[in-house]
Amino acid sequence: MISQVFILSSKGDHLIYKDFRGGAGNDIVSIFYEKVTALTGDQPPVVMNHKDIYFVHIRQGGLYWVATTTAGSSPFTITEFLNRLAALVKDYCGSLSEKSVQMNFALIYELLDEIVDYGYIQTTSSDVLKNFIQTEAVTSRPFSLFDLSNVGLFGAETQQSKVAPSSAATRPIQSSREQGGKSEIFVDVIERMTVVIGSNGLLMKADVEGEIRVKCYMPSCSEMRIGLNEEFSIGKSQLRGYGAAVRVDECSFHQAVRLDEFDSHRILRLCPSQGEQTVMQYQLSDDLPSALPFRLFPTIERDNGGSLSQELSSPDQSAELKPQSRAVVWKIARFAGGTQLSALFKLEVPSLSSASMLEVGPVGLSFELPKITATGLQIRFLRLSPIQPGPSQRWVRYVTHSDSYTIRI
Amino acid sequence: MPYLGGEETVRELRRALSNPNVQSDPLRYRNTILKVIRTMSQGVDVSGLFSEMVKACATVDVVQKKLVYVFLCSYATLNPELSLLVINTLRKDCQDPNPMVRSLALRNMTNLRLPSLVEYVEQPLTAGLRDRAACVRRVAVLGWAKLHNLHPSSEIDAAVVNELYSLLRDPDPVVMVNCLRALEEILKEEGGIAINKPITHHLLNRLKECDIWGQSEVLRVLQRYRPQSEDELFDILSLLDSFLVSPHPPVMAATLSLFLSISSNLPVISLAALERVSGPLLAACGSGSREMRFAAVCHIQLLLRSVPGLLGPHYKRFFCGYAEPAYIKERKMQVLVELVNDENVAMILDELKGYCTDVNTDTAQAAISAIGRIGRSYSDRCLQILTGLLGLKQDHITSAVVQTMRDLVWVCPQCSDTVCLALDGCEETLQDIQGRQALLWLLGVYGERISTAPYTLEVLIDRVRSEASLGIKMELLTATMRLFLCRPAETQDMLGRLLHYCIEEETDMCVRDQALLYYRLLHCGIEKTREVLQGRRSDPSLGVLIGRPAKPVSQWARCFNTLEPLSQGAVEAESDSRGSPEHVTYNSKPNADLSDTLSCSHIEEVHSGSDSAMRCSDSSTNVLASSIAAPLSLSLSPAVSPEDFEHLWLQRQALHTERGNEMEGYIEN
Repeated sequence: MISQVFILSSKGDHLIYKDFRGGAGNDIVSIFYEKVTALTGDQPPVVMNHKDIYFVHIRQGGLYWVATTTAGSSPFTITEFLNRLAALVKDYCGSLSEKSVQMNFALIYELLDEIVDYGYIQTTSSDVLKNFIQTEAVTSRPFSLFDLSNVGLFGAETQQSKVAPSSAATRPIQSSREQGGKSEIFVDVIERMTVVIGSNGLLMKADVEGEIRVKCYMPSCSEMRIGLNEEFSIGKSQLRGYGAAVRVDECSFHQAVRLDEFDSHRILRLCPSQGEQTVMQYQLSDDLPSALPFRLFPTIERDNGGSLSQELSSPDQSAELKPQSRAVVWKIARFAGGTQLSALFKLEVPSLSSASMLEVGPVGLSFELPKITATGLQIRFLRLSPIQPGPSQRWVRYVTHSDSYTIRI
Repeated sequence: MPYLGGEETVRELRRALSNPNVQSDPLRYRNTILKVIRTMSQGVDVSGLFSEMVKACATVDVVQKKLVYVFLCSYATLNPELSLLVINTLRKDCQDPNPMVRSLALRNMTNLRLPSLVEYVEQPLTAGLRDRAACVRRVAVLGWAKLHNLHPSSEIDAAVVNELYSLLRDPDPVVMVNCLRALEEILKEEGGIAINKPITHHLLNRLKECDIWGQSEVLRVLQRYRPQSEDELFDILSLLDSFLVSPHPPVMAATLSLFLSISSNLPVISLAALERVSGPLLAACGSGSREMRFAAVCHIQLLLRSVPGLLGPHYKRFFCGYAEPAYIKERKMQVLVELVNDENVAMILDELKGYCTDVNTDTAQAAISAIGRIGRSYSDRCLQILTGLLGLKQDHITSAVVQTMRDLVWVCPQCSDTVCLALDGCEETLQDIQGRQALLWLLGVYGERISTAPYTLEVLIDRVRSEASLGIKMELLTATMRLFLCRPAETQDMLGRLLHYCIEEETDMCVRDQALLYYRLLHCGIEKTREVLQGRRSDPSLGVLIGRPAKPVSQWARCFNTLEPLSQGAVEAESDSRGSPEHVTYNSKPNADLSDTLSCSHIEEVHSGSDSAMRCSDSSTNVLASSIAAPLSLSLSPAVSPEDFEHLWLQRQALHTERGNEMEGYIEN
């Protein structure tokens, strides 16, 4: 049960406030903001309480999405709800930012009104909601085809803001009505890699979390068939075909996906609803079918004399020392496959002892690899039935992100 | 956050709203209303516009209607009289042919939260329950719950309750779930909706039709059901099995809660369910949303209390990513500590070692204390890492290492030799109070083995005048006294100076009293002093424990899938490192239930035997001896000599005043 929902900007401005159950004081938002800003580093911020009011919040798009509730509520439900709300707002407003929320507050109130009644979640399905939502979204810039020419990824959430994800398809789902029924569908295979390479160069851990996301702009779409690699297998024992199989450890599907052809032909059937949804999630631990995308060969030398300097292998790179996080950030705009880049950084350390070498490292890599999946999962085909009248476009995109790619020194 | 010019804005908006030109242009009218709502959500009080907004309510434009309702619902309680004007429009809308308009009107009618309007609302609500459109029925059902909460004392018509019960068979799943919710609220006094066999089976059969929110709600309500026979129980469990491995964490968690509550007297089933659920929980630990990750990790900690070895093979899933926030890293390290076994200890320690030099000092300190906790079972490897860290000469790292070593020595006295060797020279790097207190404690207790102990103390005693912290002074007194007992020749002079300073010059009563106490104690003779001061060097009750004993599932089943695991836990770990180890144990002793501890230590004995024979063999005699001795020393009213009591009492007092001082300082800042 949710008592209130509110959205705050990172500076604490009230963007949205909705009270479902009544009886809460007006200062509840300020209490939350005071609490969340006064937290010290070792206190987990997700759940906080003020007397018997519990605040659960998530951070997305630089905003605080907060729900107040009672102690007995399920943290999974509330967090999932807030995530879903943020996703819906993104679907309806095009993007998630302070600006878009501010401009579309009427739409968000309308959404909240339909999603939650008296603190109980009614529905979050965009199929149901589209019948009720009347307000049109306001976007800051008109949607243009130009954005699409850069076929990257819509809203792929990167943990690292350092790598700007290429963002196409950041437009509200409903505006498709007035765009002359331009129907498009995006199918994205997104993988996040977590890798730890030990100081001896051995791979200590490699995890891949992947998902297939569908973003649908079609006003109506009866059925879609997504064909995966034929040799796709789940679990350790089940191997199919010859040669290199595409294998994952665990796999789960959206409840709307029908799997009658999955066992025989690896085909997912579903009727996508408007907006974004995760159709399939999978994980793979430890034995990756392909080599790691990046290798790093670090060497550290002690050098007496000289001063701060850096040498980079090509001019379109940049490097910067961040004293606050005690790190050197090396930015590489573009890294072609099969090539090698090098950099040499010279740092001055006061009172250098032999033990301070221990403090160097680890190296963290954040990257976005388009057109590649670490597991080798591919989409063989994407068929819509019945064939859509008029022009329709289908996009299949692959991307691999670094969730945490660490190399110990 | 009220900002300047609020009144001015309100006046301007009122002018615009009552301008006939604006009113005649639907688009301009709507935009003005938008502006009102925007001002409202910024926190400005726009309740003065109520009458203008009531007028704007009468429109055919659904968007405008919705906007006005947002306003009216926020301010209706301030203007009960004017709200009466709205009710007519709303009642008219309830007859509208468009179901969306009907549901909208019905919902907002009940959202006005005005007890005076109840008589006007009941009739449309009753009609709403029988509406053709499901969306109207959904609203109407919850409307009764809202109405009931406006007048919690007045009875709701039994006919309505019956109708709500019959709507549990409504074809629309959301109506069904809303009925559950409404009945739970209306019948709260009677303990909620009656969950009998037919209702349970009906709900279970329709579970697949609901969305994840409905499913988790139904599963939560069903927790109250007790199956009548074992066959029925197993039927329910096998029906729910697919929900247990649901990819949606809310459903998975709600199902597990239900499993645990209905099979609470079948521990085998509970354990099997825990094993089954570990897959989806691990998946949630790798979820893209960091808040979801956090919730999952916290719940895994609960599971591990009962099945410590559950996720052993998956320990790598709990390695921290570098971009993860500190609060998740900390919890993950706590999990890693639980998962240590002979095979993975090298990998885990290597990973934790990497975190010790993290830029975030909280993470670094948490990693160090995690290594210390692993050190209770694998002391050699851990001490090697900890000693290496001292070489970095970073003050926060050294402080954490010394505190960790103190805690480790208290539990595993066999580590003391290595610790004594390592301590040499770290007093120069230590800055913070906790770290120096820990060092002083170690110097006092193991003074005879640390050759430089008297010189370290002497430096501190010479500087005691400029020492600000009360805790350090108290610890210094005790440490010097202890050192005096084992190395009198080197310490006598400085002890004299310290006592003199504390008694003659010190202004704080606590320090002064403590010094006086020691002074008088010395008068009683060296034997008496030894008896009082040289207490235990290690915790006799904790000495046996390796890891935490497995607890029954029922101990935490109640708080599974609630906010409790997310908001507590950090506190638990923190108490470990505060103050000297003696204090911690004296704190916890009165709480410990005697019989509970007894059974725990027995379980532990068995457990450690199976876990690692190696560990057992080197301390097996110890284990046996102290497991017998432990319960004896845990009497609820320990026999403490009066001096000992006074000494302890003073220390506690000092802790209190110090915390008090800290608080005061905090407030002043």
